[in-house]
Formats: sequence, structure tokens, C-alpha cells
Amino acid sequence: MKVVFKKPESLTDAQFHYCPGCTHGIIHRIVAECLDELDIREKAIGICPVGCSVLAYDYFNCDMLEAAHGRAPAIATAIKRLLPDSCLFTYQGDGDLASIGMGEIVHASARGEKITVIFINNAIYGMTGGQMAPTTLLGQVTTTSPYGRKKENEGYPVKMAELLSNNQGSAYIYRAAVNNPANVIKCKKAVKKALQIQARGLGFTMVEVLSTCPTNWGMSPIDALKWVEDEMIPYYPLGEFKNAEA
Amino acid sequence: MEKVLMKGNEALAEGAVIAGCRGFFGYPITPSSEIAEYMARKLPTIGGVFVQAESELAAINMVYGGASTGTRVMTASSGPGLSLKQEGISYIAEAELPCLIVNVSRGGPGLGGIQPAQSDYFQATRGGGHGDYHTMVLAPSGAQEMMDFAIKGFELADRYRIPVMIMAEGTLGNIMEPVIPREPVSDFFEKPWAITGCKDRAPNIINTLHLSAEFLEERNRHLFKKYARIIESEQRAETFLTDDADIIVVAFGIMARIAKKSVMEARKKGVKAGLFRPISLWPFPDKKMQEVARTAKRFLSVEISMGQMIQDIRLAVEGKAPVELYGRIGITPNPEEITRQLLLIAEREGY
Repeated sequence: MKVVFKKPESLTDAQFHYCPGCTHGIIHRIVAECLDELDIREKAIGICPVGCSVLAYDYFNCDMLEAAHGRAPAIATAIKRLLPDSCLFTYQGDGDLASIGMGEIVHASARGEKITVIFINNAIYGMTGGQMAPTTLLGQVTTTSPYGRKKENEGYPVKMAELLSNNQGSAYIYRAAVNNPANVIKCKKAVKKALQIQARGLGFTMVEVLSTCPTNWGMSPIDALKWVEDEMIPYYPLGEFKNAEA
Repeated sequence: MEKVLMKGNEALAEGAVIAGCRGFFGYPITPSSEIAEYMARKLPTIGGVFVQAESELAAINMVYGGASTGTRVMTASSGPGLSLKQEGISYIAEAELPCLIVNVSRGGPGLGGIQPAQSDYFQATRGGGHGDYHTMVLAPSGAQEMMDFAIKGFELADRYRIPVMIMAEGTLGNIMEPVIPREPVSDFFEKPWAITGCKDRAPNIINTLHLSAEFLEERNRHLFKKYARIIESEQRAETFLTDDADIIVVAFGIMARIAKKSVMEARKKGVKAGLFRPISLWPFPDKKMQEVARTAKRFLSVEISMGQMIQDIRLAVEGKAPVELYGRIGITPNPEEITRQLLLIAEREGY
């Protein structure tokens, strides 16, 4: 019998701990499929963050390192410099990357580190229970912005793809979403492109992925997907922001 | 090999290169910057990696990443920078990654000053960051030892899979002395735990998260079994004229060198003084100290701080003899004032 669909070799058999309706699982699978299809699992080294995907080292079937909060790009920098033939990816959430790790991500990009960053933007802190993220939308209610995020108090949500695309060291910057099958396919193409550009040594690569958090948004999984479409995408436009190959 | 005139910081950097260090990640800070500058010149010419990090936080996390590949890597900084590095050091200690961390120390608290000091002793010997852990700490007292301890430090780091710290006062970083360069190290440790890509083996994972309370305790017990082995085997100290001494000066680093002169001066004036120099600050050489405490009448801890090592001396001596402090901060005590202090004590106590 011909196998037409199977679990990627780059994922372990461990069961994901993610909440129902959370799109981390889809994004994990996209990354793993790309590692398989590019045949780079054996030279891949993944760095996981602090946040909901802190346990990603149990899920990816390649060498993995668990970083301190926000520091994944610094760790990846050293590993990639010392092992230039390896394929480095970090997997980071919005608190990790755009708040406590803002310094590390901006400088890894500015230096043109040949790594691939998978940036999960779900506009909230998931693991700690729904606090405000740097990417929380204006008006969005979280446990630490209980009256809704106000620009006067909390300032504006950070647009990381736009910000990092200004750095000359950035070779590929793309913002994707995984709220419908068409977007999932585009997201996978972007992740694969980022890994290929890393392999060509052109510079820093990042795919920002708009993701859901039904648990902390207080929504059903279906409403959460709709919220990505209606609220997130208008503020965080999808598409390619930088492509050194173009 | 022929003697070469070297600055302490450069001797340390060259020692690291001799030890096979091929990754340096740092952020400039006085009085440590010459180490980074030396590595920036040297490492690219020998296939190594030098990165000037955007912050001390990034630098120590680069060390975390670099060490995880099994490469000998290091960072160097001074007090305020070491404070920022503590997060990473805690992770490195729990992940059991070998690396060298250098503190060319200056006075605090806060921004403090840039004069030599020993007031980071607690930070270095108590762990420094969050959680239960230790780093091994070596305290050189001259340019030759800056080189030799860098080499030894990398060996100890690999042997025990532990971050090793060199505590050197700013004086030692800037001192110019003749140094005999050593032969390049050729004997390296196997590191099957390193993350290098999982070709022909199962994936390796470097992780410090242990959500199971039982497993977390097991990890801590594992670390402390290792620390017990280190305490048993790696205590280092030097003694000078302690056999018949009434008063023993305890001092480390540059302070030990200065105090040696005071001990000789006091002897000339009929005071039976001796010197105890801890070389490993953690583990503190308490076995040797307990030996000398059998005959010594009194200890004088001379520190470039308000008195930090004195606590370890008291713990080691276990009340067998009184321990006094002569401490200054920002200003390094000179030989004459330590001699005066020794004579004063001898007269007061009738030694």
C-alpha cells in the first residue's frame, strides 16, 4: 500500500500538551515537514523558548536546547557560528521574542545571523495565564490590561516583521497565519523558504505566524480562528516583508 | 619556552587559546576589556569565533549555546557585567555545561568604581544567580597564573562539566609581568552530550526545565553529589610560614602577594606571622585551613572588601581561633598598613 500521509520524521511520538484549538500543533508540524522535505533533520538544532512551547524539545526529533526567556537568538548565534553547517531554528512566542528578548532578536537580525526564527504571535501570554503581550491589540482585554489595552497606558502593539525587515542583516522576513488551509500552505512555503535562505547563508530569516489562544482569549476554537481573520490580520498584515533572493 | 612580557588580561586570554578555547562572547567593561580585544585579534586567525554581544545577557547566553556544542568557550567581564550574567550562569550550571567565566573585578555596589576590589566574593562563591548551585572559582595572583589558571580552568570545567570562574582583581588584569607561555593543550575530553546535529545517533537535548518536583530534587541531588566530589578533590591553597605562626593572614589574589611582604616584615620585628592563601575560592580550602588552625592563635582576613571571605574562614576554623578583618574597598591595602595591623594585634594580644 502506498503511504500518502504520515507523521513527519522530525516530530517525536510525544503527545502535544497544547490546548484544544491552539495552533502551535499546526506550526510544529509545518516546521517538521520542512525539515523532512529539505532532508536537514540530522543537522537541525532547535532552540525552544520560555512560554507555551517551552516543551518543544520533547516534540522535535532533532538536537534541541531549552533557552532562558528571550535569549534563544543569542544561543543560536553562538551555535551557528561554531557549527556553520548546521541548521539553526528558534521557536519563540511574543513575550519571549518581542518583550524580554527584544534586544537579542534585534541584534541577531542586525548581525545577519544565519538562523531561522519561527515567531508565534498570539497577542497574549499563554503559559502564565493570559497577561498582556507586547503584541496585544489595542482594546484587547487581558488579565494585566483588564480595561482593554490603551495606547495612553500600554502603548502600541509591536510589529516585529516590519521592525526587523528594516535591518540590513535580515534576508527573509514573512508574516503568515494558520487560520485556514490556504494560509497554512502559505505559511509552510515561507518556513521552507526561510530555511533555504539560511542554508544559502544570505542572512537572518524569520517567519512570524499569527496564532490562536482560545483558552486565554476566552473563545471557542472556531471563534478564535475568526478573531485572527477579523482583528489580527488587519493590524498585522500577512505577506513577505523582505526577501534577499528577490 | 622563553619568557614574554605580558599584561595579565592578555596572559589569561593567551592561556585560554592554549587550552583550546575557540569561542569568546563578551561585552566591553573596564578593567576586563583587553581580554575581549585580544580574542578579537586572535580567534579569527585560528579558526575560532569572536562575537561582541549586544549585552552581558546575550554574551553569557552565547556562552550557553557555544558550550552546548562541546567547544571550549568563555566570556570575561567585571562586577556590574557579572551581575547581568547571573541568569545565564544559573542555566549553565544546571545544564552542566563546561565554560570559563572571568571576573576582572572592581568595586561596587552599583556602578562603583574601576579600582581593583574583591567585593564580588559572595557572588562568585555562593552561586550568584537563582537556585542551588556552585561554580568553581580560582583566584590567580600574577600574570603567569592568569595564564595557567585559564588552562587549568578549562580542564576542570570539562572534567566536572561545570562553569569555572576566574576571580582576578583589576590589578592582575593590568599588571605587566614576564610569563612563560605553555605548550598548547592536546588532550581533550569526549563530549557525547553535545548538540551538533543528530546524524548517526539519537537527538541530544540540553534542558534545565524540570516540572516534576521529584525529578527537580533528583537533579539537585545529582549536582550536589558532584559538588561533594569537587570539595573532596579540588581544594587548593598555599601556605607560607604557617607552621609556627601565632597570627595567620588569610588573603587571596593580589592581596596574598602584598600580604606576603607584610608577613616577612612582621617576622623581622619578632612577630610570628604566617600567610594562608586560598587559591580555590570555591571550594574553599577548609581542610588545609583546619590543619593550620590547630596551632594558630588568631587569623586576620585581609580583603579588598568590607569582609566577605572572612565568613568562609570562620566556617572553616569552627571557633578554634578568633578571626579578625582588615578590609578596605576601592583602595588596596599596602604592605606597610598590614604590617602595622599585625604588630598592633601582636602587642594587644601579647604574642
